[in-house]
Amino acid sequence: MSGRYAFFLGCVAPLRYPGIELATREIFKSLGVELVELEGAGCCPAPGVIRSFDQTTWLALAARNLALAEQKKTDIMTICNGCYGSMFEANHIMQHHPEEMKKVNDVLSKVGLKYNGAVKVRHFAEVLYKDIGMEKIKAHVKNPLNYNIAVHYGCHFVKPTRVKHLDDPERPRILDELVEATGAKSINYKDKLMCCGAGGGVRSRDNKTALRMTEEKLKNLKKVNAQMIVDVCPFCHLQYDASQNDLPGYNIPVIHLSQLYGMAFGLPRDKLGLEAHVTKVNL
Amino acid sequence: MTVSPSGASMTKIAEPNPAFTKMVEKGGPGGETLMLCYQCGTCTASCPSGRLTAFRTRQIIRKAQLGLKDEILPSDDLWLCTTCYSCVERCPREVEITDILFILRNMAVREGHMAEQHKKIGENMLKHGATVPVKEEVMKLRVKMGLPENPPTTVGNKKAMEDFRKIMEECGFDKLMKGGKK
Repeated sequence: MSGRYAFFLGCVAPLRYPGIELATREIFKSLGVELVELEGAGCCPAPGVIRSFDQTTWLALAARNLALAEQKKTDIMTICNGCYGSMFEANHIMQHHPEEMKKVNDVLSKVGLKYNGAVKVRHFAEVLYKDIGMEKIKAHVKNPLNYNIAVHYGCHFVKPTRVKHLDDPERPRILDELVEATGAKSINYKDKLMCCGAGGGVRSRDNKTALRMTEEKLKNLKKVNAQMIVDVCPFCHLQYDASQNDLPGYNIPVIHLSQLYGMAFGLPRDKLGLEAHVTKVNL
Repeated sequence: MTVSPSGASMTKIAEPNPAFTKMVEKGGPGGETLMLCYQCGTCTASCPSGRLTAFRTRQIIRKAQLGLKDEILPSDDLWLCTTCYSCVERCPREVEITDILFILRNMAVREGHMAEQHKKIGENMLKHGATVPVKEEVMKLRVKMGLPENPPTTVGNKKAMEDFRKIMEECGFDKLMKGGKK
């Protein structure tokens, strides 16, 4: 099942940063890749909170999304590390534990659905890197970018590697290469792979601790004069973007990779949804 | 407090509870790796949250091995992990630390230990099928950008939302959000 992808929106992108949703639609259209609408999909559900509260509910809701994609005979593509992490792991559990699959399907049968385990969960950055490829991406860059960019991988893109096998957990390269395909420079900084602080329900339950982690990252980004943060997760995006409002002295624009590609592919600015950003983007 | 033979008072030492340990081991995928931990502390050293707080990953795993239920389930520390998987990547014993924390958190929630802010997220899920509430200004921006006001998700889709809620109810999630026990 490849070539077309069921577009999984999640919560934070469509409800907080619609520019991420629109930029993704537009860049895949430019690349000639079909995104299939996944009507009625729900929350992934969020790995840090819902999985922490009740794994059975988490698994069943993830399976509902996967079953909807299975009906469309497509793999599912996310624009968020959290959605990717949740559905990837839930899929892995169901594919390797028949008893869990059965339990889940008993629940899904109440809403007339069944999941058979045929769907692959894909992250849009991984789709860009592996399925579309650097050459084709470079050929679509109309406005080469000239920024010093701090890449933020987030936690659930390559990790846990025991199930994902995407890249090295300590020295990943995928996002650096994807960012540099636009002409920009991916700069190194201290604790590059550290968490933004938001995950695991920490942002909602203990915002102070989450903020301290974010500040630690921002301090390191400022030291190397990063002109922007590029992320692949609307939740990390929210954490970096909104937190700078509470942290005096920081003003680093936060851009999702889809928005960066929008800029490089020559999308009009009003398709990038930058006015939803709390930290103003003057680029 | 107990009194030692010399007469000095001592803090009561918690007794190991092997039944609780078993429950963690059988609590879900990953739980079975609990006893592989030999307490090297690589997890604690790798933890970005522990760098800033008193959260000690190694200690929680040790307490789980000993079955110290009452020290784990009500504690705030249990909720300081951001699930970043740094510890899991580096663990020389391949202990599924994050999975074990999920199991412990599920147990805590079932016993009614849940932050109000987290119950709010549960309510958002039951209402919209999303973790965050709908904001009017974002919906307006969507329209301005040429996107449909409601995304094609459970938000604004009555049938999809009914199905979504039904699954949650079937799993007992709605009751759980009202204060534990499934």
